[in-house]
Amino acid sequence: MASTTSQPNIIADSIKDALIAAFLAAVLGFFFFALRTDIGPGGLDLTYRWGLWFTAAAIVFAVRLLLNLFIFKAANPITRGIKLSAPEGVTSVVGRGLGPVLLALAACLPFLLMWLFPNRDRQYIDLAILIMTYVMLGWGLNVVVGLAGLLDLGYVAFYAVGAYSFALLAQHLNIGFWTALPLAGVLAACWGIILGYPVLRLRGDYLAIVTLAFGEIIRVVLLNWYDFTGGPDGISGIPKPSFFGLEFNRSGGFAEFFGIDYDSIHRFVYLYYIIFALALITNFVTLRLRKLPIGRAWEALREDEIACRSLGINTTNTKLTAFSIGAMFAGFAGSFFATRQGFISPESFTFLESAIILAIVVLGGLGSQVGVVIASVVMIGGIEVLRNLNWLKDIFGPDFEPTQYRMLIFGLAMVMIMVWKPRGIISSRNPSAVYKEKKKISSDMVAQGEGH
Amino acid sequence: METAMKTNRARNWDRNVVLSVEHLTMRFGGLVAVNDLSFNVGRGDITALIGPNGAGKTTVFNCVTGFYKPTEGRIAMRHGAGVSQDQIEALTRTGRQYDDDGDHRVFLLERMPDFEISKRAKVARTFQNIRLFGGMTALENLLVAQHNPLMIASSMTVGGILNLPGYRKARGEAIDFAAYWLEKTGLIDRADDPAADLPYGAQRRLEIARAMCIRPHLLCLDEPAAGLNPRESTELNELLQYIRKDHDTSILLIEHDMGVVMEISDHVIVLDYGQKIADDTADEVKNDPKVISAYLGVDEDEVAAIEESIDMPVHHAKHSQRDEGGQP
Repeated sequence: MASTTSQPNIIADSIKDALIAAFLAAVLGFFFFALRTDIGPGGLDLTYRWGLWFTAAAIVFAVRLLLNLFIFKAANPITRGIKLSAPEGVTSVVGRGLGPVLLALAACLPFLLMWLFPNRDRQYIDLAILIMTYVMLGWGLNVVVGLAGLLDLGYVAFYAVGAYSFALLAQHLNIGFWTALPLAGVLAACWGIILGYPVLRLRGDYLAIVTLAFGEIIRVVLLNWYDFTGGPDGISGIPKPSFFGLEFNRSGGFAEFFGIDYDSIHRFVYLYYIIFALALITNFVTLRLRKLPIGRAWEALREDEIACRSLGINTTNTKLTAFSIGAMFAGFAGSFFATRQGFISPESFTFLESAIILAIVVLGGLGSQVGVVIASVVMIGGIEVLRNLNWLKDIFGPDFEPTQYRMLIFGLAMVMIMVWKPRGIISSRNPSAVYKEKKKISSDMVAQGEGH
Repeated sequence: METAMKTNRARNWDRNVVLSVEHLTMRFGGLVAVNDLSFNVGRGDITALIGPNGAGKTTVFNCVTGFYKPTEGRIAMRHGAGVSQDQIEALTRTGRQYDDDGDHRVFLLERMPDFEISKRAKVARTFQNIRLFGGMTALENLLVAQHNPLMIASSMTVGGILNLPGYRKARGEAIDFAAYWLEKTGLIDRADDPAADLPYGAQRRLEIARAMCIRPHLLCLDEPAAGLNPRESTELNELLQYIRKDHDTSILLIEHDMGVVMEISDHVIVLDYGQKIADDTADEVKNDPKVISAYLGVDEDEVAAIEESIDMPVHHAKHSQRDEGGQP
């Protein structure tokens, strides 16, 4: 009975639904498509673009109708056959082999780039340094958000503290990068404790809001404390790191000592290896901490704070350690950022940076180290790739600027990941201790902590 | 003669006290959840706290384990027998939280933050709605419970990062201890499964195992038999008896399942509307008309009438003097 009458109903329903969608698109798009204002003589010129408006509504109608017929209302949606995740065996092999492969690739990346792109190596190595910085920041934030489950929206504040610590120490006390690096980490960790102590009493959304506010406060202080930080002018002339006392100069530096020809690329390769080593230290320490009682307490805190307290865990101290260790890594990354740029200003430490780092952690999968790497490559590298898509101009005309669409593509990618892999790209948890057999824990069971 | 001996044995909670709750009052705004409640928990006893819904049982638990700060009253936890009342009074006057010297250690729980109660006073608890770390394996759950000794063994993480032998040894021992409790609770085969994956009864047992991993002197169980089938319930009884006998742990439990309560409890305390209405052995409490009336929601006289009509022995007169009789 139902099957005989359902066929015409589907078509009628689909057309009706598509008409409603087209109508809504027409109403919503009226001011965007149908009317166009330009600055004309004596005010604004109004032009009508009925054709464009109608086309937009027609496209919505057609796409909606097709979706209805074949997916939404169809008895056998064509998407049913498409598997969104790779088969079990493949993922586990890829998952196991991915880390070492990426590590090996990262270890010889600068030389690979110099060999493959001899003309553009500088640009690509610079991009690799940028991505690696975000990998490190992502791993640092992963301690706070992924392990301890504390949603920190002001992470960039500690990045700023690290950068300004080094810049100011270099400016006033003439301290070099390698001495300033640990100091910047310690200072950032101290700030983590100072900010964390009052904040960590809050829970959930309130924690997120207050960390966001703290991030902004630090930036605004940097911006307005002109005598000390230089305000919006920033600090310039930050010294470059030396290689065991050797500068990367044209004469008397690294190249001369080792008897090779001077090339400005040496410094970039060196910077790459510094951030690579810093990132590896971050990763090593995080992975090690995860298997220690403190790391297990962080994860337990993310799962259930009340149960933690019933087991004798001092939750305030445990949260503070997570917060300050995360801040310390941001401090390291910040002082590296300062030395790489040679110039810093509060503009580099806006909320958008916090959001990007958090997005890397969330997209990668909370608590997943490899996920963070993939997400940073996609997010940071993706923006740069868009800058270079000049061939699109041949298709869409010379006015087409691909980078203008990067946020749109970004948003789309995020929505897609959140729909298909809501727990991030790599979303299983490795147990920190094993009795007999190591089993991965599906993310469905893992709590996400506060404020998610 | 026999009755006297029985009374003597039953009065363990007055002779050898592990936890004493004195004049405990807990108010939430205008609501008095617990009103001037005093009772003792005997060392090595299984003590049940029962009462109708809303009687204030869980509130008492939360006060004992530090999740609530009582409005008034004193909750003293004693380690080792022979702590004198004078010692407790002296400690109360000093304003300190605990007296940690020697064999006679006293902890004033109402002054201590919740995590210290578990860490120092060694009072462990479970929750009415199970609170496991669902995304962590059964083994990890038990390791989290050994956090404090492991932190010390890892020299506050430094020794752990360097993987010093002292920490490696402590870690191995912690896993062995966890495995021991997994064995005892019948969960050893599921040691590497996430806690959220376990069936309900197993989750209840895992929570008890986790509480035992802090090596408690007093184990507080909030409705451990809720949602268990009769077989699991019997296993629970055996587990609790084992814990009490072999681990020198006293047990305080809230339970609605009267089968469990009457079978395993040495001492039953009945609450109604935040007040104690009975405090005796399971057998005595079972026949107390006050208790029956509280559970059935009828007047005491009616219970007596019903009991007479069905020819039960009348305990009325005896029980009305019970509270004075409590003090020797």
